[in-house]
Amino acid sequence: MVRSHILVCEGTGCTSSNAPAIVKALNDELAANNLQDEVKVVTTGCFGLCALGPIMIVYPEGAFYSRMTPEHIPEIVSEHIVKGRIVKKYLYEETVDTESGVTKSLNETNFYAKQERVALRNCGVINPEDIEEYIAVDGYAALGKVLTEWKPEDVIKCISDSGLKGRGGAGFPTGLKWSLAAKTVADVKYVCCNADEGDPGAFMDRSVLEGDPHAVLEAMAIAAYAVGACRGFIYVRAEYPIAVHRLQIAIDQAREYGLLGENIFGTGFNFDVELRLGAGAFVCGEETALMTSIGGNRGEPRPRPPFPSEKGIFDIPTMNNNVETYANIPQIILKGADWFASMGTENSKGTKVFALGGKIKNTGLVEIPMGTTLREIVEDIGGGVPDGKLFKAAQMGGPSGGCIPASLIDTKVDYESLAAVGAMVGSGGLIVMDEDNCMVDIAKFFLEFTVDESCGKCTPCRIGTRRLLEYLEKITDGKATMQDLEDMEALCYHIKSNSLCGLGQTAPNPVLSTLRYFRDEYIAHIEEKRCPAGVCKKLVQYVITDKCIGCTKCARNCPVNAINGTVKQLHEIDQVKCIKCGACVDGCKFGAIIKK
Amino acid sequence: MKSLAELQAIKAKMADKVQLREYDENSAIRVVVGMATCGIAAGARPVLSKFVEEVQAKNLSNVMVTQTGCIGICRYEPVVEVMEGTKKTTYIKMTPEKASRVVLEHLVNNKVVEEYTIGAAEKAGE
Repeated sequence: MVRSHILVCEGTGCTSSNAPAIVKALNDELAANNLQDEVKVVTTGCFGLCALGPIMIVYPEGAFYSRMTPEHIPEIVSEHIVKGRIVKKYLYEETVDTESGVTKSLNETNFYAKQERVALRNCGVINPEDIEEYIAVDGYAALGKVLTEWKPEDVIKCISDSGLKGRGGAGFPTGLKWSLAAKTVADVKYVCCNADEGDPGAFMDRSVLEGDPHAVLEAMAIAAYAVGACRGFIYVRAEYPIAVHRLQIAIDQAREYGLLGENIFGTGFNFDVELRLGAGAFVCGEETALMTSIGGNRGEPRPRPPFPSEKGIFDIPTMNNNVETYANIPQIILKGADWFASMGTENSKGTKVFALGGKIKNTGLVEIPMGTTLREIVEDIGGGVPDGKLFKAAQMGGPSGGCIPASLIDTKVDYESLAAVGAMVGSGGLIVMDEDNCMVDIAKFFLEFTVDESCGKCTPCRIGTRRLLEYLEKITDGKATMQDLEDMEALCYHIKSNSLCGLGQTAPNPVLSTLRYFRDEYIAHIEEKRCPAGVCKKLVQYVITDKCIGCTKCARNCPVNAINGTVKQLHEIDQVKCIKCGACVDGCKFGAIIKK
Repeated sequence: MKSLAELQAIKAKMADKVQLREYDENSAIRVVVGMATCGIAAGARPVLSKFVEEVQAKNLSNVMVTQTGCIGICRYEPVVEVMEGTKKTTYIKMTPEKASRVVLEHLVNNKVVEEYTIGAAEKAGE
C-alpha cells in the first residue's frame, strides 16, 4: 500500500541539472530500506521554480525540497521517509517560517500565491508518461463531454464566450478562428498545433508538452470535433527531445486507450494525431512557413490569402493553434466559459504563462491572471532583481516585442495595456534587465537573432534587418552620427511595412521600443561616445588609479599582456592592446582599476 | 475507449492513487504515526500501513496520514496522534486492528475511541 509519493521534476531544466540521477538514487535508497512498495517515485513536468532545481516534493506532507543532489537522498530517505522528520535545511527557504520554523504550504509562498494555474495545472502534479494519471485528474472528460453531449457549434460557442485569445503571440480570438474554420466547406480538414517555440528565453510551450502532453492531444481532438477535422499535426522542434519523447508516448497511449483513432467513445468520431519535427528555424513558428515545412518543403512563409483555413497543410484547409491555447481548452469545457471569463480583464480573459528570465531571483515559469501588474510579477512572484541592483526594464514578447521601462512597471499585463506601451504579450518571454544592461546592446542582441533567423525570402527582411544591425553596430562602436540614428529609425518603419511575414514585420520592434524609452542612451553612445551601462566594449576604458600599490597581480592576470609596470610602481594599461575583458578588475584587491 | 463509463472506471481506479497529492491544509485531519526507532521496534509500520490502507479504501479525502519522530513516550509506542485543527487525540499501544477501529469510529463517525487514548491508560493507572 503506497503511503507516500515523491514527485521529482523531470522538465528540461531539472533534467539538465541531474534530476535523473536523483530519481535513481531515490529508487536505490528506497529499495535498500525495503520501502519500494510503500513509497512511489513519480517523475513529473516542470514545477515552475526552475531557479531552485532540481526540485522534489514529498507527499502527503507536501515538503518542497530544492536544489537536490544525489548525495542528499540517503539523509532525506532515512530522516523523512523512514522517521517522518522533514529535513528542513533542504526545503525551499520560503516554505519554512523563519520565526516558528513551521513549514508552510507551497501555495503560501510568494512565488505561487499570486499564480493561477490553468494551462500549467498538471505540470508538476502528474506523471506525463502515464495516461491513467491524466485521466485521474479529469483528463479526457472534456472530450467525452463534447462528443456525447455537445454539438460542434456548442463547443465553438463555449470557446467564443470564454474570450480566449491565441497564446502564441498575435492574440487572435480563438472562438472566431474556430468558427471560421468550421464554416469552410471541404471534404477533409486538418487541425494543427504550433509547438515551434523559438523566442529566446521562452519555454512555456515546452513545459506544457513535457508536463501535460495529453491536455494538448485532448484539446486537439475537441478542436477537430468542433471544426470537422479528422487528422491533426503537431509541429515541434527537434531541439525539444524530452517534449518529443513524451508527446510520442502520449500519442501511443491515447491510441491504445482508444482516445485517438476510430470511433472514439463509440460516437463514430475519428481523429488521429501525428508528430512532425522541425529543424528549429524561428520562421517556422509563422503558420504558413510551418505548414510549408510540414509539407516537406523549405520552411518559408507565403503571402496570405489564401489563409490556412482554405489552404493549409498539403493544401488541405487547416486550423492552427498554439500549445498554450490548446492547454486551456479542456478546462474551459469542463468548468465553463463563465469561469474562464471571470479571470483576467475586460478584453483579455483568463491567464497567461510567462517565462521569467534575466536579472531576476526566481527564474522560472509563472502563470498569472491577465491584468496582473508587471510590478507584481517582477517583485512579488519573481523575487525582484538580485544583488540589490535597480530594475531598469523588462523585455516582453521576445524579438517581436518591446521593452517596458521602470517608470511603467505598474502597467497591467494584458493584450491592450502592453500594446499601448509598445510591448506585447507575445509568446510570453519576460526578460528582466537591471542597471548593468545597455539597451542599445539589448536591441543589437535581438537584431543579431533576427538576422540569423530571417529566411531570406523577402528583401525588406533579408537586407533590411542586416542594415539595421549594421547601424546598431556603428552606434555601439561609437562611430555613428545623429543622421545615422534618423536613417535607422526610418529604416525600421520600412521593414515593418514591407516585410512578407510576422518575423520581418516585428523585427524592428526591439529597436523602436528602446528608442522610445531610452533614446538618451543612444545619444550618449553617438555624441559622447559613452556607454552609460559600461557594456559596449569599444566605448569602455579600463584605467588604473593611484590606489594601485604595484602588486603586479593585474599584469599577471591580463591575457594579452596589456598592463605595464614594475613591482611597487603604479601600473598602466595599454589601451591599444586592451581587449576589455575585465580580468584585471576582478583580480584587483585594492579596487584600483575602474571602468570609464 | 468505447464509452464514458470506461473513462469513469479508469478515473475511479486511479483516484486514490493521486489523491495523496491533493493535500489541503485547511480541511485536513492529520493522522500522525510515531515512526522513530522505538515506534518501529514496537510495531508502528503495520499500523501506518493499516491507516493508509483504510483511509484510501474509505476514500477519506480530508485525511492525511503521515509520520513523525519520537515524541518522548516510548513506553506507549506505537503512538498515533489524530490532529483536527487544534484538537489533538493521542492513541497509544496501537495495533493494525485498533487502527481499523479508529478509522471507522473516529475518522468516519467523528467519535473518539476513548479506551485507546493515553487519557484512558493514565486513568487506569498504567
